[in-house]
This record gives sequence, C-alpha cells and structure tokens, in this order.
Amino acid sequence: MPDKYHIKAAATPGRFRRVGKFGSVDWREDCSRCTNCVKPRCIYDTYKKEAAYNRDPSTAVVPLYECRGCLSCVQGCTKGLLAIALNPEYLCMGDEYWKPDIMATTWNQADSGRIPVSGAGYRGRFHGPGFDGIWTDMSEIVRPTRDGIHGREYISTSVDIGHKPMRLSFTPDGKMVGEPSALIDLPIPLILDVPPWTIGGQALSKARLAAAKALKTLTVAPAAEVVGVPADQLAHLVPLVGSEGLGAAASILRQVRMVEFVDWSKALDLVAQAKAVNPGLICALRLPMQAYAADRILAASKAGVKVFHLCADLHGQEIGAEKPRHIKDAMREIHSRLVKEGMRDEVTLIVSGGIALAEHMAKAIICGADLVAVDTTLLVALGCRVCRGATGKTHEDHCAAEAGDLDTAYAAQRMVNLMAAWHSQLIEVLGAMGIREVRRLRGEVGRAIFMEDIEREAFGDLASK
Amino acid sequence: MISAGGEPQVTVERKVRPMPDRYRNALGKYSIGRSADCVGCGDCAKLCPEGVHVKPDGYTFSLRPRDHLCIGPECAKTDHYCVAKCTKKALSMARNPTVDAMGDPRWTSDLILSTWHMAETGHAPKAGLEHRTGESGGGFDRIGFNFPEKPAKVDPAKIDTGLDLNRRGDGRPQVHIDLPVYGGGMSFGSVSIHTILAKARTAAAWNIFTCTGEGGYHDRLKPYDDHVITQVATGLFGVREDTIQRVRIVEFKYAQGAKPGLGGHLLGDKNTPAVARMREAVAGNALFSPFPFHSVYSVEDHKKHLDWIKEVNPRTLVSVKVSTPTDVDMVAVGSYYAGAHIIHLDGSYGGTGAAPDIAKKNIAMPLEYAIAKVHKFLVAEGIRDSVTLIVSGGARTAWDVMKAIALGADGVVIGTAEMVALGCVRCACCESGRGCPRGIASTDPELMMLMSLDWATQRLINLMSAWREQMVEILVKLGIPSTRELRGRSDVLYYAKEAQ
Repeated sequence: MPDKYHIKAAATPGRFRRVGKFGSVDWREDCSRCTNCVKPRCIYDTYKKEAAYNRDPSTAVVPLYECRGCLSCVQGCTKGLLAIALNPEYLCMGDEYWKPDIMATTWNQADSGRIPVSGAGYRGRFHGPGFDGIWTDMSEIVRPTRDGIHGREYISTSVDIGHKPMRLSFTPDGKMVGEPSALIDLPIPLILDVPPWTIGGQALSKARLAAAKALKTLTVAPAAEVVGVPADQLAHLVPLVGSEGLGAAASILRQVRMVEFVDWSKALDLVAQAKAVNPGLICALRLPMQAYAADRILAASKAGVKVFHLCADLHGQEIGAEKPRHIKDAMREIHSRLVKEGMRDEVTLIVSGGIALAEHMAKAIICGADLVAVDTTLLVALGCRVCRGATGKTHEDHCAAEAGDLDTAYAAQRMVNLMAAWHSQLIEVLGAMGIREVRRLRGEVGRAIFMEDIEREAFGDLASK
Repeated sequence: MISAGGEPQVTVERKVRPMPDRYRNALGKYSIGRSADCVGCGDCAKLCPEGVHVKPDGYTFSLRPRDHLCIGPECAKTDHYCVAKCTKKALSMARNPTVDAMGDPRWTSDLILSTWHMAETGHAPKAGLEHRTGESGGGFDRIGFNFPEKPAKVDPAKIDTGLDLNRRGDGRPQVHIDLPVYGGGMSFGSVSIHTILAKARTAAAWNIFTCTGEGGYHDRLKPYDDHVITQVATGLFGVREDTIQRVRIVEFKYAQGAKPGLGGHLLGDKNTPAVARMREAVAGNALFSPFPFHSVYSVEDHKKHLDWIKEVNPRTLVSVKVSTPTDVDMVAVGSYYAGAHIIHLDGSYGGTGAAPDIAKKNIAMPLEYAIAKVHKFLVAEGIRDSVTLIVSGGARTAWDVMKAIALGADGVVIGTAEMVALGCVRCACCESGRGCPRGIASTDPELMMLMSLDWATQRLINLMSAWREQMVEILVKLGIPSTRELRGRSDVLYYAKEAQ
C-alpha cells in the first residue's frame, strides 16, 4: 500500500481584519455598575478580551468575531442594557452565491485546517439551487461503510489526469501499438486554478505554486507568470497557453507535466507543437462551460485531446447562456453524453467556477467531473470578501484582504490548510457512503439524492397549492 | 409501582404551571419603551390583558415592561393598545433587534420565542409569533393542511392522541403512550444530568418515553425506568445486561440523522470524570463511537443483534434507529423482517451535540421525504400495520408532528424542541470547551447549575401540554377523532409551490 496521503496543516491566523457575525450594543449610560455584571461571566471571555484590547490596542484581539451569540449576557444584565445584533458589515459580504457564512467557514478552515464542527442541527434553508439541491447518500446496515477520518481504514482520494485507453493493442511480434499512456496521479481530486481576479500581485501566484507543491497537486498559471519559477516547482505548474502560442511556456515544456490551451481554434495545432517538444506532456483544453461543451469535448476527444477543463462562472453557472445551467446539470449532461459514446473512461474532466465549499467538490464529482479546480475560494482564504465592484474587479483601493504585501509562505499555508480541511471532509462523505476511493464517486448519481427526483417521488401525490 | 429493574417508580404530576424564563430578561419579539414622561398612573397595567405592564400595590411606578409577552403591532387593532392609550405618550413599541440575531431559517426566532412561550405558559401564543412553521422554504415549511370547510363533528374532549407501540402480535407486552411524541436519545456527557432527568420526569408525567442516548444509564434515571429507552449504540458505552433488562424498550442506534454514516464523537473537554465513570472510559479523552456496528453487514447480522436483545430481555420491545439513505425504504423492510417492533427514521436535519457541518447539511435525505417513501413502501409490502414507524430529525412543532403523521409516521421523536424549551437559542456552541453556555448541553459543574431540575421539568411538561392542545385543534379542524386515524392521510395535506 502506498504511503497514506497526509496534508500538513499548521495554525496560521489570518492577518486581515475578520468580520464577525454578531455585534453587541451596550447602553452604558444607564449602567449602574452593579456587582452582578454579566460581562466577566461570559464563558468565551469576549468582554474580557475586549477590555484588554481597550487597555492595550496592540493586543491581538478582534472582539467583534468572538461573540457566539448565546445571548446569555443580553438576558442576564441586571438592567437589560445589552443587545446583540447582526453585524451589517457581515451581511454585506459576498453576494447571493458567495454568502457570508461561506466566507466565515473558509476563514476558519484556512486558520487551522480543521473540519468545521458544531453543535445543534443543520441551520440553513431546506434546499436551494445548484449544489444545494443534492444530498449525498450514506450506508445503512446492509452496506459496509468506511471509517476513513479516524484513520482506521484507508480511503483513497487519488485521481488520474491523462489519456486512459480502454485497452492496449499489440503488434503480432508483441510490441505495443502507440505510446504508453502518460498519467498524472494526484493524491487529491483538485488543482488550484487562476482566480478570476488577483490580489497581492505575483505573490499570489507564488503562493499557489508553493501550496500546490505542498499538496502534491498542480496549479494553473498564465504563461506570462511562468518565467523564473524555480525548477523544483515546475512539476506542479500548468502553464496556460492562449492564442499567442507557446511563447514563454515553450522554454519549460520539458519540465512541466501538463499544459492548458485556451484557444479552441488553435488548440490542436498547439497540442501538436507541445507534444513535439515533450511527448509525455498532458495537454488539456480549457473550455468555457457552455451548452455546446459536450459537442466540443466529443470532437476534440476524437481528435486526440483527452483532458478538458470546463470553466463555469463565479457562481457555477454556464457562461453566456440566456438561461444558464448550473455545473450540476451541465456536468451530468456532458458525463452522460460521454458515457453513451463509450468514451467517458478515456477522458479526464476538470471543472471549475463556483466551487466554494468541500461539499461542492464531492457533488461536482458525483455529477461527472473527475476533479475540480478551485479559484475564488483561494482568495477568500486570504481574506477576500468577493466584494467585486461594477467593473467586475475587487475594490483595489480598500481590499479587505490587505494583500498588497502578501507574504507568500503565509498565503500558501492558508491555502494548504483550507485544502486539508476539504480533504478531510471529502473523506467524511466517502466514508459515509462506504466508498473507498474517489474515482468510484465519479458519476455515481445513484448514490446521491436529487431534489427534483425525491420531491416527485415523495410529494408527487400531494395536492398543490 | 415497581419497574422490571426492581426500582420503585416515581409519579410526576401532569399539570401546567407557569414557569417563566430563568434569565432576568426574558426575550421578546418586541421591546416596549417607557420614557421619563411616565407619571406612574398604572393605567397600562390595568389595560394590558397580556401582563406586559405590572404595577404592584404600593409602587410609585410600574415595573420594567415584561415585553416578551407583548403581541406586537396586532395589538393596535384592539381597544387595549397601551401605546395609543397612554395619556402621557410615554410608551413606545419597536421590534427587538436582538431577535434578528437569533434563530435561522429552520428554527426562526419566532419558533424559538413561541416554544419558550409554550414552555412558560403551557399554551400556544395567541398572536404575534408564527409558532407553526419555519422559513426554510421546503419540507414541513411548504406542507400545509387542507382543512375542510365543514369537518365532521368531533368532541375535543374525546380526541385520542394515544399510540400502541407493539404491532407485531408476538406475545410481548403492549406499550401504550398517551402522546404520539417522545424524547430522543441524549447521552450524559452531551447534556447535563438536569436535562436528562427533566426529560425523564416529563416522560413519566405524560406517559411517554425518553432515551438514554449512548452515554450509559445513570443511576438517577432508575426511578423512571418504565419511561426510559436504553440505547445500544456502536460505542456500547454503559450497556450492560442490567440496563437492557430494566426497560420496556431497547433502541439500537445504527445511525444518527445529523451525522449519518459517521460515528459519534464526544470531545475530550466534555468527558468529565463523572461522564468517564459512566462510560467506563478515561476522563479527558475524546470518545469515539465507530460507524457502523462492525458486527452488522447484512439483514441477517441485524437480526442476530435484535435476537440478542430479545433473549436478554424477553419482555422488551426493540426499536431500530436508522438514518435516511436513498434506499431507506429497503432498510425499513429489512428491519421489520429482522424483528423490529419500532422502526425509527432519523432525518438528516436532526439535532446533535457535535457533528461536521458538511454532514449536517449534505449527507442523507431530509426526514419529510423519508417518511413518505417508507410509508408507501411498507403499505405496498403489506406490512404497514405490523410495525410502528417513528420518525425524528426535523420536527420542531406540534404542526410538524401532525404533518409527519399525515405523511405516514405513527409517532415522532423530538430533541431540539425540548432543548429550546429549556432555553436553547441554537447558537450551536454545544460541542466544545465547557459546552453549552446556557447550561443545557454541558456537564460543567458550574454551567449545569444554571438550570434547576424542577424548572426544567415544568417547562417540558408545559410544552407537551401546549403541543397536545394544538394536536387536538388540528384534529378538530380536520374532523378526525384520533392521531391514529390521521396516519398516512396525505390527502389532507397540500404542498405549496416554491416561493420565487
């Protein structure tokens, strides 16, 4: 058995100003300074920390986000002077997809690398669009489960990128026909993608690369950013080649393992050029998630390209469509088409855009992806609040992440921590389903519950109103 | 009365008594302000039928308004609206901003506050609070009752909310409960002994049940043996022949809805010396319950499990608690053929003392779907009347209970609603450190004393009384004389279209 994949998380508190969910309102002018004050009794010491902060501003305390909203102080104050309110700044973060709770949980995971655990039951909406309309299955009594998270059983999260021929062919004298299959074996079903906007300039690319190396995965980077990358990190780099041709990437084609091509019209020519330099190179075609994506994948696959990176928008929606579908629906269609054509096992599908939580990774794979690429969430790990302005870019003048002087090691460790937490959560999902490797999760829609189907089955006979 | 365990059983009176909030400032949806213009005339105290204003004899001014009793703007339509009637214009009413900071779409602040109201008074709130549904946008929150315009006449005093739990006809004793509701398993360790005992005392008062959870059988539960279910879970903490033999129902917990397919996990901080003693473990160490039972990988294995319990206690009924996978209907049928008297489905939105967030939201199907699916399948298999279907994990109100029954359940197990009645605000901090800051889900010696046993017991007794009143109200409106006859009557339900 290979060594167990382990991601080394390390506590890395955020260096940005954290926005908390709750704020306390204290009508101090009516305070009688009684001896029964509730503030020293806060079991989270929120008020004590606040007092320490007031005495010494250099104290590293951000009181706003320490409050857990238990309301004990509100209900206990002798004169009823305390109130807790939702922090309007918290509510303003993100948008309808990148919700404030996603920011908060991402920050916590990037701090420590730990799985978010809490008491009480689920507290959100019953279901929602996109991934929120899927529940994953679990095993009960008659199927074995896998205890992966506590280390008693090994659950593999490895995936392969590359051409996987359905069979090998040999000449009459026993020689194999064609080149042996080149595969990249990743121990985690995700790669790091180029975020839709940047913070921290070049430092962000360097941090992604360092994180990819630590995670033993890959990161995509524009060709312009590949110059000067240390040789020991090139194996984790995927240059992004546009219509201008190989350009700066040409010099490192022998060292990298994979390249992504953006321009559909020139892709096959560029693939040929790249393969001429490095025959073992994995060449991927990067496509926008659009209605014709399945057709293009089939066409390109028949022409020899076997790896595809489908990019949805920030919200996981198809790009440019009048009625865009979510990744969940688009991936299911593409996966099914490939299955029908008998080509699914030959190609690798990477999907990105709107992958905001660990559950999205698992659900995208259930819908048919082999692995995902994460982008925006890497920025969120560094404090980004997805506060894109009308220009479609972050407010550079007052970026909350304060990433102008981004520290590469700090940023990389926060990315690693976040992915460590995601990896553990993926194992939770796989363990509950009794699946021993993530490869077997791909397209396993029978081990998921889709809202549309179960509503019809369970409530189809109820009167409608 | 002596239990099977040889223990004299305690009787608890089933009587509603007012039991106000245990905190100094009860929270209300609305805040009543009284300015310095108040002259202490006391007219408001005479005017308000809700008891918001109180001016005791001999006092110059009224007490601070008990604004949690205020019914809000609806009062403006009445002739006793204090804000309008105050001659000095000294009173004002506004929404309390703190209530916006509590609750969530499943348990809205209205649901929390109305549950507190029921636990305080024993009755549903008359106005001002939505006490029937939440705002989750699905499941019970979109299911409603189609009340007929002219229902059959039913005498509310004769409505039967009882339930027989043994339908197998296998010679084991019948167990009857007076409500189609009982308390779910909560282990000592995850909650305080006061919480456990309050649940047990309420079960004794209402002739229903509570469940040990998997933390073992506390000695102080023995006076309530006849209303306690011993849970056998994968960790087998505190499971002994004695604890199986002294009860009328034993429950196998295969899975828990909030973390289906995953084991239990008591964090080290909550494993205090008292908890460790009961669990026969080392204090301070995190305690894991594996998933699944490693002795059960088939229905045949499952049957051996049930046979083991039946052999140890020839008079007990056996309940099988499972979660809600895609093939939950097959699991239910398998459990029936393995010999279960009660199939207990625990939906994925149920409560927990600690669970990964990813599991709570994403793994296994919500309860509402599972009830309908399993009920239909059991009917099709021709075994529906031979097994009792109990459901849990998402029933928050008496209305949810009745909807679950109309979808096909025989009865409902509750947990979070009880915790809310005891003062839980759903802050989700039960899982670590000293535990619940409000002393409900904590074994911390200081925090657990925030709540007395008498107070907690009465709050739960009141809640059950308020729920029964609402069950009767629903049955009267439907013209159905018993909850038993409501079972599977999905024709009285509608499913609202999704709000755009």
